[in-house]
Amino acid sequence: MSKTKKVNMDYASGKPVDPRAIDAMLPFMKTSYGNPSSLHVSGQEAKLALDEARVKVADLVNAEKVESIIFTSGATESNNLAIKGVANRSKDKGTKIITSSVEHMSVVNPVKFLTTKGFEAVFLPVDKFGTLDLASLKKELNDKTTLVSIVYANGEIGTIEPIREISKIVHTTNAVLHVDATVAAGQIPIDVQALGIDLLTISSNDMYGPKGVGALYIKDGLRIEPLLHGGGQEKGLRSGTENIPGIVAFGKAAEIAKKEMQTNSEHLTKLRDRLIEGLLKPLPYTFLNGHPTNRVPDNVSVRYSFIEGESMLLSLEMNGVSVSSGSACASKTLEPSHVLLATGLKHEEAHGSIMFSLGRENILEDVEYVIGLMPSIINRLRAMSPLTPKELKL
Amino acid sequence: MYSDKVMEHFKNPKNTGEIHDADGVGTVGNPVCGDLMTMYIKVKENKITDIKFKTFGCGAAIATSSMTTEMAKGKTLEEALKITRADVATSLGGLPPVKMHCSNLAADALHEAIKDFYKKQEATNEVKK
Repeated sequence: MSKTKKVNMDYASGKPVDPRAIDAMLPFMKTSYGNPSSLHVSGQEAKLALDEARVKVADLVNAEKVESIIFTSGATESNNLAIKGVANRSKDKGTKIITSSVEHMSVVNPVKFLTTKGFEAVFLPVDKFGTLDLASLKKELNDKTTLVSIVYANGEIGTIEPIREISKIVHTTNAVLHVDATVAAGQIPIDVQALGIDLLTISSNDMYGPKGVGALYIKDGLRIEPLLHGGGQEKGLRSGTENIPGIVAFGKAAEIAKKEMQTNSEHLTKLRDRLIEGLLKPLPYTFLNGHPTNRVPDNVSVRYSFIEGESMLLSLEMNGVSVSSGSACASKTLEPSHVLLATGLKHEEAHGSIMFSLGRENILEDVEYVIGLMPSIINRLRAMSPLTPKELKL
Repeated sequence: MYSDKVMEHFKNPKNTGEIHDADGVGTVGNPVCGDLMTMYIKVKENKITDIKFKTFGCGAAIATSSMTTEMAKGKTLEEALKITRADVATSLGGLPPVKMHCSNLAADALHEAIKDFYKKQEATNEVKK
């Protein structure tokens, strides 16, 4: 029996750790395992490594001060810290929070939680590509608005938001701008100063660092409330002994991401564009989700009418290809993705979506393999489907 | 996530397609929820002699459709009406809890097809009278 080829195109849900980042973290588990708050040698080694990692992460996003970077346990914590931290700290000034309808659940749910605590939340609409409606932002902003939280690049459909324009609009008021750059950071250049970003969420695993580590950039001088109270680490904003091995590896991953960004971006963009072309061309009633050009290099989200995402996912899995489905059946809730619905898709259209997220390890051969598999998978499932173009009004 | 039996039926589903001169047709589900299935039956001397399905849905939806057609084929209408969603899930070696409700509609589609057959028969009998 021939061995099935294995192709991973689900890097968005988890990435391998860069071997150079693993090498960097190992000494901090084996020998330099001290606590950076201790004054002895082992502790001071850890402190030095913590500072160095902070420099590297600050450098990746061009933070004005190294101290503007706070290490957290990951993007979910960073998003929670930014949103609750700003909202609670400034609730005397106002209680209106503005976000978009295409955010990650780690933004959606903290915002929804705050609405149970007396805050008002607005989820701004997007266009069919998932790009924020700037006119709505202008309309909703008022002197009671303290926080605007917008995703930099969408994790499901890849669309990059116009952060510079958003920042200009937000800063016509006293509101602060939080940007969730979980997907974008390390993949596309980000300059928090040039863009006018007040808080930025950064994830380690999304740039090939280990899971369980992340960072929040907080603009110099901006005061927010911590989530965790304790020993006062991370300027009192994130108590708890620092995850030194994880942070060191994250720092290394950030350094590598910056240095190799152009090479990786060119490689992934080439694969992405070939995959989009190869998936859309041979089959009718096949569409791209997200923006056709203004998208991150690693994301290809497509939808096939008349069939459901999970059955595509299983069919690909049977051929050794791992992907992710934004559809109800593969997720815990039975609702289709709120991001796809926000782009104006009907439920039955959203259900037919499938997401390929590319990684540095993918090669053109992987892309051609997937392109070759799709027509028979889609045609088999479509032959079983009771839906027709007429019913879907296509 | 799925049992071997579910995967087997997903890979090689039995009785897919339409019966153009079906004696009964039943459709359940809603594409909005991500599951829609239609069952077609041929009935002779109170027995289901042929059955086919068309399904829009996840792996579980396709596997339960296939299993239901296998269970119903050759049965009397009374026997077929007794096939429950739970029977189908058990025959497949179980389904993940989240799939038990939405994606396990095939037995309902079968029952609808049988009801449709009865309704058509009544109509024919009326005409005869």
